[in-house]
Amino acid sequence: MTGPANLIFYALAALTVGSAVLVAVLPNIVYAAVALLFSFAGVAGLYVFLSADFLAATQVLVYVGGILILILFAVFLSNRISDVKISNPARFQWQAALLCLALFGVLSTTAVRTVFPLKHGLTYQPTTAEIGELLMTRYLLPFEAASVLLLAALIGAALLSRPDGKGKGSADMEEPK
Amino acid sequence: MEALALKLMSAVPALAGVPLWAMTLLVMVVVAVILLVFALTFGGLGSYVLRKVAGDIQVRIGPNRVGPYGLLQFLADGVKLIMKEDIIPAKADRFLFALAPYLVFVGSFAAFVVVPFGVGLIASDLNIGVYYVMAVTSLVVIGVLMAGWASNNKWALLGGMRAVAQIVSYEIPVGMALLPAVLIAGSLSLQDIVRSQGGLLGIFGWNLFHNPFTFFSFFLYFTAAQAETNQTPFDLPEAESELVSGYNVEYSGIRYAFFFLAEFGDMFVVAALASACFLGGWHVPFFRAETLPGAWGNLLSLGAFLVKAFGIVLVMMWVRWTLPRLRVDQLMRMSWKYLVPLTFVNLLGVSLWLLVFRGKGIPQLIASIF
Repeated sequence: MTGPANLIFYALAALTVGSAVLVAVLPNIVYAAVALLFSFAGVAGLYVFLSADFLAATQVLVYVGGILILILFAVFLSNRISDVKISNPARFQWQAALLCLALFGVLSTTAVRTVFPLKHGLTYQPTTAEIGELLMTRYLLPFEAASVLLLAALIGAALLSRPDGKGKGSADMEEPK
Repeated sequence: MEALALKLMSAVPALAGVPLWAMTLLVMVVVAVILLVFALTFGGLGSYVLRKVAGDIQVRIGPNRVGPYGLLQFLADGVKLIMKEDIIPAKADRFLFALAPYLVFVGSFAAFVVVPFGVGLIASDLNIGVYYVMAVTSLVVIGVLMAGWASNNKWALLGGMRAVAQIVSYEIPVGMALLPAVLIAGSLSLQDIVRSQGGLLGIFGWNLFHNPFTFFSFFLYFTAAQAETNQTPFDLPEAESELVSGYNVEYSGIRYAFFFLAEFGDMFVVAALASACFLGGWHVPFFRAETLPGAWGNLLSLGAFLVKAFGIVLVMMWVRWTLPRLRVDQLMRMSWKYLVPLTFVNLLGVSLWLLVFRGKGIPQLIASIF
């Protein structure tokens, strides 16, 4: 990597890690959710930097356009959410610390021990067609399993949101008589 | 970008000493500024045309005081918006209130990167073009939700919630309605999609006339996109008569201008995508613009593209002033019960058509008889 490229990488990494730290330490959960946006953006930037264009767009579409919006909806619709005592009570501190340490151990071991197949000197190449082909051939089963899971979640959500749970539409969806 | 920088450096000897990355950066900044100026001018003139069209439809005159035919009204409005006091409500969340307009504008403006303005006239021909547009639009959603919540105003919050529910719901039919064009071109890149509609068949080479499903798909896209950009009859997030002005009700001055420009930016991007995916993009009917010498081909194709895109924008405005607003539940039903299933059926139809007729559309089939 040359000078400017290195600089871009460190800027993106700092953005990702810095906002992730903010997500964890900010007392106001609204700001934590917003900091998550910048962390996701940083990860998308890193994907672009690795010339994984399709993955970068997917990262933005799924995490920013889907997951983050759901989080924001939940956060914004909660009453008195900015009140730190209500939204962020500190409980189970020892258990949480243990869990975090264990997770850190697993993740750091994986990151250090794994041998990543690095390819040097590759120029930018489109990946979309290859990803599509692999999803339809080699990874068809996991792909279909994921869609069935999502479909089940979707049907479950639709069933739960019915007021009587008996297959009749809610009253406010009816045409006015 | 890098190729352009190299060309520039070899053409102008004085620039040969500049490092390549600096030159590339310079070219990028210049292209971005050109696009920004285009977006701002479109927002300004678009607002003038919108009011003139509204005037014509409502049998009024519309803006007619500043400049000839009121043409300079947008400059006066711009100056007014910049000079206005910037008010932040006392109980608002100051940081998020200030951040929201930028997110909305960035999300809207970022889509301009992949708009294929003409032969070789595209800021970056990403091979994920259409997908990229769908992705960056999500920033707009976050910004709108943030604006609605940070204003600490019940109309703003309701407007923000409605906007998000609406945009998220209509993103699906929009994406599904664009997929037939992607299938026919075999690429997500907008330039490839435009190129796949060329040839000497003229307007019959367009995806619009490729087969009955694509014809239908264009109208599905237009309807869903009208909703995704919050245009009447789907302008519930702003609904003046019930929500005052929706998520941007507390904004004034230049911050309001950002929302306003983003709205017009969205309108242009939607029109540009419609013309690129269904109306042949920058192709001039019965003529190969790319064979013209020098910059003429670029200019002619740019003209053709802008005529098509602006035509669609005009139709959007026309619809906007013609139809009454839907109710929230009608809006959601429209998306989930009608548009989404229809776009799925449509997609299946296009796929089957491509399979059965080996990628050939009706015009090509007829042409192959002779």
